[in-house]
Amino acid sequence: MANMTPNKCPMPEQAPDVRNKNFKEVALGYTPEMALEEAKRCLQCKHRPCVSGCPVNVQIPEFIAKVAQGDFEGAYQVIAQTNSLPAVCGRVCPQESQCEGKCVRGIKNEPVGIGRLERFVADWHMANGTDEIKAAEPNGHKVAVVGAGPSSLTCAGDLAKMGYQVTVLEAFHVAGGVLVYGIPEFRLPKKIVAKEIDKLEKMGVDIQTNMVVGKVNSVDELFEQGYEAVFIGSGAGLPSFMNIEGEDLMGVYSANEYLTRINLMKAYMEGYDTPIKKSKSVAVVGGGNVAMDAARCAKRLGAQNVYIVYRRSEEEMPARKEEIHHAKEEGIIFKLLNNPVRILNDGNGSVAGMECVEMELGEPDASGRRRPIEKKGSNFVLDVDTVIMSIGTSPNPLIRTTTEGLEANKKGCLIADENMATTKEGVYAGGDAVTGAATVILAMGAGKKAAASIDEYIKNKKK
Amino acid sequence: MYKIVKKRRLNDAVTLMEVQAPHIAKKAQAGQFIIFRVDEHGERVPLTIADYDREKGTVTIIFQIVGASTKLLNQLEEGDDILDFVGPLGTPTHFGEVKKVCVIGGGVGCAIAYPQAKALHNMGVEVDLIAGFRSKDIVILEEEMKAVSKHLYITTDDGSYGEKGFVTDKLKSLIEAGAGYDLVIAIGPVVMMKFVSKTTEPYGIKTLVSLNPIMVDGTGMCGGCRVKVGGETKFACVDGPDFDGHKVDFDELMQRNTIYKQREQHDSEHVCRLTGGKRHG
Repeated sequence: MANMTPNKCPMPEQAPDVRNKNFKEVALGYTPEMALEEAKRCLQCKHRPCVSGCPVNVQIPEFIAKVAQGDFEGAYQVIAQTNSLPAVCGRVCPQESQCEGKCVRGIKNEPVGIGRLERFVADWHMANGTDEIKAAEPNGHKVAVVGAGPSSLTCAGDLAKMGYQVTVLEAFHVAGGVLVYGIPEFRLPKKIVAKEIDKLEKMGVDIQTNMVVGKVNSVDELFEQGYEAVFIGSGAGLPSFMNIEGEDLMGVYSANEYLTRINLMKAYMEGYDTPIKKSKSVAVVGGGNVAMDAARCAKRLGAQNVYIVYRRSEEEMPARKEEIHHAKEEGIIFKLLNNPVRILNDGNGSVAGMECVEMELGEPDASGRRRPIEKKGSNFVLDVDTVIMSIGTSPNPLIRTTTEGLEANKKGCLIADENMATTKEGVYAGGDAVTGAATVILAMGAGKKAAASIDEYIKNKKK
Repeated sequence: MYKIVKKRRLNDAVTLMEVQAPHIAKKAQAGQFIIFRVDEHGERVPLTIADYDREKGTVTIIFQIVGASTKLLNQLEEGDDILDFVGPLGTPTHFGEVKKVCVIGGGVGCAIAYPQAKALHNMGVEVDLIAGFRSKDIVILEEEMKAVSKHLYITTDDGSYGEKGFVTDKLKSLIEAGAGYDLVIAIGPVVMMKFVSKTTEPYGIKTLVSLNPIMVDGTGMCGGCRVKVGGETKFACVDGPDFDGHKVDFDELMQRNTIYKQREQHDSEHVCRLTGGKRHG
């Protein structure tokens, strides 16, 4: 008999006033008892709408059935068939708009906590799993993967399982992409990312760091070196600025720089060399998940006032509801329907404040969102010494400009068809490099599809 | 891990290292740079590629010991490894169609001016080199520079070696005497590059400078290295580091480079005082 409790079994969390002073994980995860209880809320329905909501098609009812029986390792094996990074997905996926958004239990009450259960199972396996990971029987074919973010790691993992010899080329000194430089420790502990990547290496994936494709090797040279196909998962790492006065002052960061210093370079930790500004008051411009991450990091670094400055209203915010909620609990101040017009100079080249203007919402634009319009004469100055621009990113042009025959659209995103094939033979692409900044799980879905396409391409070529 | 195959002290504060990095050596071109990270706790620091040997697979860097990271790097010896070494980064220098070029190096900037002069020399271009130092005891690479230039002019601020005065004085007198340069390349402290650019501007001589803003990734993903050139914001790590000296906002660059000054000083003293330079495991 299913557990008909209307709400999800709550997950323990660090208290807001405690956690906003440390970088430890906010959500603490289920105990086995909690997982059993939550797993029993799943109705095991026959049409399984949750599975269609998952971009990598995790067999959700099957793994939850195993959890309900207390067979946690069995549950892990079900997830691992289709998902290379379950400990990551269980933490950072926007489940409300994916698997859980389609859950039958969600029609009247709260959906089953699929993400929490996936996380529990993956963490349990990391702590208790004993199975030896073995490399698959080699099939004699080589594939190169550019970038080591979620799309690339998924593509590499799937290809390795099929027996391909996979080399991943990463520009940074650590693999993981946005999972290591972007998403902070308090949402996704780096130890977990490292363990997931370690698993891929045990499967035979060769990860080479400090390799900037386009500089050390071009895509064409990779083919000359004997790779039969190339997957490009180089992401969308080029930050946008607003082009307003004062953006080059000291104390103005792109969210990418701010988060890279903190997450990748550990600027918040004693004993690491990379510096970061100690701020009193911080304005983060933007309303996405990256803006929430930057604001919550600034708070943890000791800033008294941290503002989210967003030109639309909360309803239009692209960030996950849960992240907005967490940010508010931690004391982040939301300045909605506000837009910066210039950043003020203290006379020595540092930020002395940010002049903003109030906005109101007009008619919906082409994207369906109501267009913000300035309220004339509503200018005011926000008292801040640091400004973090988090208004989006676009794909880095390095690879497309050094690869002949690789076409991109006006926004610089690589053009790929439904099978993730680009305009150049043997070259596949996926994730943010194709879509522009999107989510981890969509990137993983694209990496998965590309792996299948690459397999088919190489098999057909042989004939 | 990247092995140091050669280490040579050029003067008390400047060290040359040849590092095993075949994939970088294969592709490096004049004007490009690398980023190193000395160990697990290290920061990412950019250094211009001073030379490369495609056959031996080595890349040469020359650095001034100015802060914690360069102190730590300088403590490594031949046979030791640098943890991370990535490149070649940046856009190679575009010299264009030139016949007679004046290359100017300021202090440790000579380490970077030298390979530029060498590249031009190898292209068959006539090269004059002006190398400016504070005093005699810090003069570096004199023989090397002499070998790739038609004239090498050394200046010292105090007159203890070569001609007394600044590189700009020498440059101005050469231009006035009708040297007929069609390109000037200046590499050194920002203030020196600024005044070289000011010197050449009235004569309309094209002037290239190699900028050295603060960097993190060096691949164009953070914008920490942004500089204003001709009123537009550029990322020095991908659009540069070379820019038209007549268009660069040098004052803004000098200011931006001071943002972590206090912290840098603290770290640098810390490395000396507490650890004797070596980091605890």
